[in-house]
Amino acid sequence: MPEDIIVHGIEWTVKELFVYPNEYIYWSIQIVMYPYMTGLVAGAFVLSSLYHVFGQKQLKEIAQFSLVFSLALLPVAALPLLLHLQQPLRAMEPLLTPHFTSAIAAFGIVFTAYALIVLSEIWFVYRKYFVEQVHALKGQSGLLNAMNRLVYKVLTIGAYDVSEDAQRVDKKAATVLAAVGIPVACFLHGYAGFIFGSVKANALWMSPLMPVIFIMSAVVSGIALCMLTYIAIREWQAFRQRRHGGAIEAREIKGAETHVIDTAARYLLGFLVAAISLEMLDLIFRGYTAMKSWDILRSVMYGKDFMNIFVLQYTLGNLVPFVLLILPGRTLKRTVLALLLVLFGVFMMRWNVVIGGQAFSLSFSGYMHYEIPIIPHSVETFKEGLFGALTVLTVPFVLFWIINKFVPSLQREASGD
Amino acid sequence: MSCSRREFLKEAVGSTLASVLPLSAFTFLTTEEARAAVADSNVRWAFLVDTTKCVGCGLCVDACKNENEIPYDAEVTRTWVERYVVTKDGKTHIDSPMGGRDGFTSMEIDGEEIDPENIDKAFFVPKLCNQCDNPACVQVCPVGATYQTHDGVVLVDQDWCIGCGYCIMACPYGVRFFHPVHKVADKCNFCYHRISKGMEPACVECCSFGARRIANLKDPDDPVTKIITTERVAVLKDEYGTKPHVFYLGLDANVR
Repeated sequence: MPEDIIVHGIEWTVKELFVYPNEYIYWSIQIVMYPYMTGLVAGAFVLSSLYHVFGQKQLKEIAQFSLVFSLALLPVAALPLLLHLQQPLRAMEPLLTPHFTSAIAAFGIVFTAYALIVLSEIWFVYRKYFVEQVHALKGQSGLLNAMNRLVYKVLTIGAYDVSEDAQRVDKKAATVLAAVGIPVACFLHGYAGFIFGSVKANALWMSPLMPVIFIMSAVVSGIALCMLTYIAIREWQAFRQRRHGGAIEAREIKGAETHVIDTAARYLLGFLVAAISLEMLDLIFRGYTAMKSWDILRSVMYGKDFMNIFVLQYTLGNLVPFVLLILPGRTLKRTVLALLLVLFGVFMMRWNVVIGGQAFSLSFSGYMHYEIPIIPHSVETFKEGLFGALTVLTVPFVLFWIINKFVPSLQREASGD
Repeated sequence: MSCSRREFLKEAVGSTLASVLPLSAFTFLTTEEARAAVADSNVRWAFLVDTTKCVGCGLCVDACKNENEIPYDAEVTRTWVERYVVTKDGKTHIDSPMGGRDGFTSMEIDGEEIDPENIDKAFFVPKLCNQCDNPACVQVCPVGATYQTHDGVVLVDQDWCIGCGYCIMACPYGVRFFHPVHKVADKCNFCYHRISKGMEPACVECCSFGARRIANLKDPDDPVTKIITTERVAVLKDEYGTKPHVFYLGLDANVR
């Protein structure tokens, strides 16, 4: 066989016992990343809406940050899908000829709608700041200033009215958008759950609970990532203040931080309980009804994937952080550890759904193991390997760094409300 | 005439939409397409597999790979043959090395040597696309690149498939795969290029034992249709509600 003819999936699939000849792990690490990243987007947005819609004043600071962070995460929700497509140049086709009986067909529409909501909400929140920058940079010399001013001018889209009335309208618009955004964010992600839950051929995936489980764990992971990034940035700021002798400012930053983290942690715990309860319900139901597929599912869950599901996901990713967060006398270090474990737990949940769903053959008579390509030797093994996943993980932080240059989500004075 | 910026933008967006929408509502059909769109087909292709006649020679797999240009040594195939060996201890041993392309000459299955004295029953089961009446693969294709023809065969448009793999995931029979050269979804189509010209599918033509036969279910005089309608035939995995159209004679309960 000529060397360039390689069957998709053969490089990372190990078959055991009887597996149909065409079966491979077709959906690999990028499809694990896809619900993980959309989940983070949805969760970040829900966290920001807790302040904008439900008036949770304690969350104001982290809410502004989450809103901008969810924008940085947004393009990354589509990136894994693009990397996974065998024909990435045809990625626009679902928008050109959507076939609406398919759950994937609506992706472009839902995704675009959601992107518009996030963008316009950020615009309304930071419009005043953009206008101020245009005025402040006026007459300042230097090419960089001129370019910055041009960017801000574009960002204002010609709306320079910052009167009291105009600002009231801004605030109202931001609230309405945040309110509309919650169902859309949940839809964006619940729909990712539907993509899996509606595959009747897959015994592990097919469950009406799948979209709800996905939404709950999405919110959990989104809140955790926002809290974690927020802590990291705040600590860095306090550290810099201390180094420059500003001990009082440093203490102020720390004080505000603790307050925000306490409140956010309470929401995190609530959603975590909901997520675990639903997953347990799903598991118990499968065991109790013991349909035809249960024999092979049981051998995968309690046997081959026991470590991944019960040790890494439920114990290390759910139970341990739950205990860490709920025990009294919680310190910042303990919180950080708990948040890292929560993020890991949700990642393992995605992994166990996507990879676990392909761990057994459609024949129910054999197994497939996914061996993630570590060192890439081709475009394919890069995209569907460890480094492809790491690329996807890094992009949002780079994007946030760039966006934050123009939309300072961590300056308390910058936002309009 | 005075016109504010806001009004100008409004008018511009409005007139663009007004001119684009009506145009996109029309599709231009060729004469053949128009005829095909209104005519009720008098053909419904189906397949009959007589498992009692299959000897597992694998010539059908070989013929299919050559006819449909599936790279010969690539480990994907549009059709395959499974070997089932039920031993006296009640165990079912199944294999299909290279899709059964080179026949079954070894007594070894999954590294286990089978003692001929220890066999209760053994048989071969050819598999191919079931050309379902309610195809899950067509339902889930996000771009409509896979579709059902009027005569019941499910086809893939290789120029439009985006390669997302959703159809591969949705098929309960595992007949779909990514074509290693074209990088799009691929599967058996009963050799549509042949049957629509009055020929038999490659696998049917090369089967010396009559284990594989093609039928037009809408023709009551079709001899294969007569077998399907009058004898006791079974289908694979009907619990998925896909209404498969590959019928089996002598299907064993062990068949997956």
